[in-house]
Amino acid sequence: MKNALRNKNFLVGIFLTGFILAIALISFVWTPFDTTKLIIADRLKAPNLTYLLGTDHFGRDIFSMVMVGARNSIAVAFFAVGIGILIGVPLGCWAAAKRGFVDELLMRSSDIIFAFPALLSAVMITAIFGPSATNAIIAIGIFNIPVFARVARGAALSIWSREYILAARASGKGAVRITREHILPNITNILVVQGTIQFSLGILAEAGLSYVGLGTQPPDVSWGRMLNEAQTMMSIAPHMAIIPGVAIIVTVLGLNLLGDGLRDLLDPRLQRER
Amino acid sequence: MAYYIVRRLLIVLLTLWVASVIIFAMLQVIPGDPAQLMLGINATDDSIAALRSQLGLDVPLLQRYLNWMSGMMVGDFGYSYTYGAAVGSLIAERVVVSLPLALIALTLSTVIAIPVGIFTASRRGTATDTTAMAITQVGIAIPNFWFAILLVYIFAISFRLVPAGGFPGWDTGLWPALKSLLLPAIALALPQAAILSRVTRSALLDTMAEDYIRTARAKGLTAQHVLWHHALRNALIPVLTILGLQFAFLLAGTIIIENVFYLPGLGRLVFQSIQRLDLMVVQSVVVLLVASVILINFLVDLAYAWADPRLRREG
Repeated sequence: MKNALRNKNFLVGIFLTGFILAIALISFVWTPFDTTKLIIADRLKAPNLTYLLGTDHFGRDIFSMVMVGARNSIAVAFFAVGIGILIGVPLGCWAAAKRGFVDELLMRSSDIIFAFPALLSAVMITAIFGPSATNAIIAIGIFNIPVFARVARGAALSIWSREYILAARASGKGAVRITREHILPNITNILVVQGTIQFSLGILAEAGLSYVGLGTQPPDVSWGRMLNEAQTMMSIAPHMAIIPGVAIIVTVLGLNLLGDGLRDLLDPRLQRER
Repeated sequence: MAYYIVRRLLIVLLTLWVASVIIFAMLQVIPGDPAQLMLGINATDDSIAALRSQLGLDVPLLQRYLNWMSGMMVGDFGYSYTYGAAVGSLIAERVVVSLPLALIALTLSTVIAIPVGIFTASRRGTATDTTAMAITQVGIAIPNFWFAILLVYIFAISFRLVPAGGFPGWDTGLWPALKSLLLPAIALALPQAAILSRVTRSALLDTMAEDYIRTARAKGLTAQHVLWHHALRNALIPVLTILGLQFAFLLAGTIIIENVFYLPGLGRLVFQSIQRLDLMVVQSVVVLLVASVILINFLVDLAYAWADPRLRREG
């Protein structure tokens, strides 16, 4: 705890992430304006006292939209990371426990997935199955699977070579039980750090997909979606494009700093002055 | 080394083959009949059947895959009915936009990142270093397409220095063509440069902690001399790997960036072809992109093994 308060990356990261998360949660109960109500008379207003961050081409309050958008962007990234962890980690642990053919197969298949530029395949998947937030989650999630499988496998392999694992095996525990009781608790830290990184990549991927019209669909709001609508308004209402971008940057920056901070805090062996 | 190359080459070929099967299979599950889509809702069953056979959709799956593959082997990428042109010539038209774009972006990011990495590593812990690293943290967080929109607003709409989008073609002269690729290349390059400068810096710092660097310092060489003549070469190996990986990012990034700038490149071609259900174009371009990623990673691996003989044994 004392270390946490001294780690600048962690502090700034947790502050920024917490701020965005709070905004997203508050949006469920309160936003300054209703984002589904269009006030055409007040459209394309620059930031002012009534509309703190201005309005869009339908007269919707951008501050409220950023709040609601936070919710959708975070949800997509969250579930995409969830898919990666729920499928990837068991696969990685399985490969580490079995070695041999299973391991080789898993590593080669992840090589193949890594050969596909992630965004290109996400565009293909969402285009094939229809553009929607759910399909964006699946598309981003698929690419998280090999990432978590590899990280889990690498970390699990190093635990398997420890002596206390040998002791556990000698006492008659099976591979499943050893994985559950000894491997998983010891690789959680690494997975948390990787999860933070993938979360920030997920936010960026959702923004990209929604920006080209393949992610969140109107009338739902997400930051990428807002940028998509802002582009044609750029010359008359630049604030429409600047604000959602800043929201994305703050979130991704916060998550990255949090990830760096957590890595230093959770894994003292890696602690180095960089 | 020969054994290593052959082994890696076999893996590359296997990966390519599996990738082609995945891409082909993925596109078979597209809901909707391309022939129906092209002819519209008023088409008769007969004309749809005729177009289906013209598109080669009436042959069995396996046969279709084999036809496609054997065509690709001899450089025949199939025929696009929505564009009314051979896919090969469509690709040739577009690659002269995307490849220069990716290469300019890669060059830009390298030219910026490596000096920044060296500079900050040599002034580690100073205010300059801290500031530069803070800037790179923000740089990593910036979505390149948002940065692109901003660049368009500043340089194309406000100052009117460069076109906001479109591509005049190389035959209008080198400068007008380069000018229209400038903003997209900068937008692609800067976030990558942020990552690359951090990698360069930490690789250099790792190398500077090695014993042989201390020996060099102990025999009286200056810190600057050791950095430039001893550390830099070794530190550049991980940098090279990241460069190879970044090429894949840049290729994927062009899909979105080309849409921001209305550039007629490969990314936009894929994007439009998916929307038109033009499977022939999509599968051929995607296979080509995936193949180039695999090939570049293979070359990086080779360079790695050439530089570090220990890696050849592992494979």
